[in-house]
Amino acid sequence: MNASPASLPPVADDVIQVRGLVNRFGTQTVHEQLELNVRRGEIIGIVGGSGTGKSVLLRTIVGLVRPTGGEVRVFGEDLLALPAERRSQVERRFGVLFQSGALFSSLTVAENVALPLVEHARLPRTDAQRLAGVKLALSGLPVDAGRKYPAQLSGGMIKRAALARALALDPEILFLDEPTAGLDPISAAAFDSLIVTLRDALGLTVFLVTHDLDTLYSTCDRVAVLSQRRVLAVGPIDEVARTDDAWVQAYFNGPRGRAAHGAARQGD
Amino acid sequence: MANDSRPGSATLTRDTDGARLSLAGDWTLPHYVELHRKAGDLAGTLGDDVRVDIDGLGTMDTSGAFVIAELLGSRRTQALAQDGSLPPARRALLKTVGDAIDTYCTGVPRRRDAGFVVMLERIGRAMSSFGRQTAKLLGFIGITLQGFATTLWRPRRWRVTPLVSHIEQTGLDAVPILALLSFMVGAVVAFLGATVLANYGATIFTVDLIGFAFLREFGVLLTAILLAGRTASAFAAQIGSMKAREEIDAIRTLGLSPIELLVLPRVLALLIALPLLTFIAMLAGIVGGGLVCIVTLKMSPSMFLTVFQADMSVSQFFVGIAKAPVFAFMIAVIGCMEGFKVSGSAQSVGEHTTSAVVQSIFVVILLDAVAALFYMEMGW
Repeated sequence: MNASPASLPPVADDVIQVRGLVNRFGTQTVHEQLELNVRRGEIIGIVGGSGTGKSVLLRTIVGLVRPTGGEVRVFGEDLLALPAERRSQVERRFGVLFQSGALFSSLTVAENVALPLVEHARLPRTDAQRLAGVKLALSGLPVDAGRKYPAQLSGGMIKRAALARALALDPEILFLDEPTAGLDPISAAAFDSLIVTLRDALGLTVFLVTHDLDTLYSTCDRVAVLSQRRVLAVGPIDEVARTDDAWVQAYFNGPRGRAAHGAARQGD
Repeated sequence: MANDSRPGSATLTRDTDGARLSLAGDWTLPHYVELHRKAGDLAGTLGDDVRVDIDGLGTMDTSGAFVIAELLGSRRTQALAQDGSLPPARRALLKTVGDAIDTYCTGVPRRRDAGFVVMLERIGRAMSSFGRQTAKLLGFIGITLQGFATTLWRPRRWRVTPLVSHIEQTGLDAVPILALLSFMVGAVVAFLGATVLANYGATIFTVDLIGFAFLREFGVLLTAILLAGRTASAFAAQIGSMKAREEIDAIRTLGLSPIELLVLPRVLALLIALPLLTFIAMLAGIVGGGLVCIVTLKMSPSMFLTVFQADMSVSQFFVGIAKAPVFAFMIAVIGCMEGFKVSGSAQSVGEHTTSAVVQSIFVVILLDAVAALFYMEMGW
């Protein structure tokens, strides 16, 4: 097998195409000639040590960071080159779950989820609230959570509520930034299976930035390792884990990696 | 992409086999309102034996599935999700949304009351919260005094560095704005006095007006109100953001006292700074008023000072400055207490900062009125 990104020819069905991406902040280069394709309907996990630019990559793809060089295409469109109206239309086709949830603290959870429905889908407020209730239930939140404010929720519930908001407009791509960080193992496992369920049910493409080895083993179709400012390896997790690189070996074949792998095998 | 899609349709036909519901078109979010209306029209007419045919269905997303699941009801949706002839992705979507609706619909509906009842409820809530606030304030004053009492005899536990730093922030940094403010208010009072007293040919009493006003009331009141806006809010925001980031809890778990570390230096700093600032405010106000006297009333500076000295006794100054420590204590305590009441979010920090300013200004004016009555009865 060959897990180097260059060997993967771009496919028409690639919903995200990153070509020769360069990201530089001052003198610090985060990405240098980074290449990555994400295929429709897959769950791709992005891993890498702290400071390797996982979150920056996510923020670049969704258009929050303007890259120093290179090209990022989502649904074949370069977000930053589009006029505002067209860009907004593309942005409605993906949902982002930020690391700390980023729920609007002045709105209740249900209002948070209803906001994009009211603003973009132009639903009447009552309909939007009903639909928001369903999205919340879909994300596995109890009914009364909708009336609470984000400050009243636990970490796991905030992640679920933020997921419900990301799913509000039925996006085609879901970006998740460390979705299980700070969750207890039971909530984290429940969140993992929720992501897989939603992907199967809604046909989502999931772009998952994570540190959590259990999440990688239990959810991802493919894994991309960020290291040395580029994608070091990409492919199914077992192939990537065999890459001859010190960091990859330490990550996947360290004690935690082996434990997660063992657990995933038992689960199968 | 959504623009060229065809809104979904639902048609109910009856033939010899019984009723048959055919769903076609795109059941997606952009058509939600229309689909919801169509489904609402059909909702009551479905019998138990209706057969559902969704072969003509175009694309379907969660909102479309939600409308369908609501129309069909839980049992039929689950049956549809079991239908082997549908593609697995569609079955999974129907099942997931059907399950979600089951949870969602079994929840308690929101209770809605009439306006009058809501108003009564709000009044009641406000009254009981006022009572609780007062009790909390008294409690906090008690804790602060207790903190004073326990650290007073142990100089090793005095926090001198934060004390000095807070005196600088609350006292020294406030001097320019306070002096300017008092100077201008002094000038305005002198103008008013000169205008009114000129009718009686008693413009010389403008000097007394300025003296009484600033020594007894305005000096301390202006300072207290300015510091209530400037310092009480700062205290509430500083302590509040520490509370929101669990720093207060960290202090407690390290075996330290947040009262001793955070509250005492602030209260002490204001107790020292506010009387000093009051003195500056009095001076600035009298200078402002004196300048107006000299310029508009053609009074010589030495005459102003002579009249001032003859008519003002030093007790007027003491009557005014005596209020300063009381105001300082209340402002600092309210600011700190509101900081401690912050819970979690940044919004809460903002709410309590506002509340600290409103409460401390209210308390300052209330106490000033009480003091005025007291002084009047005492004949001071």
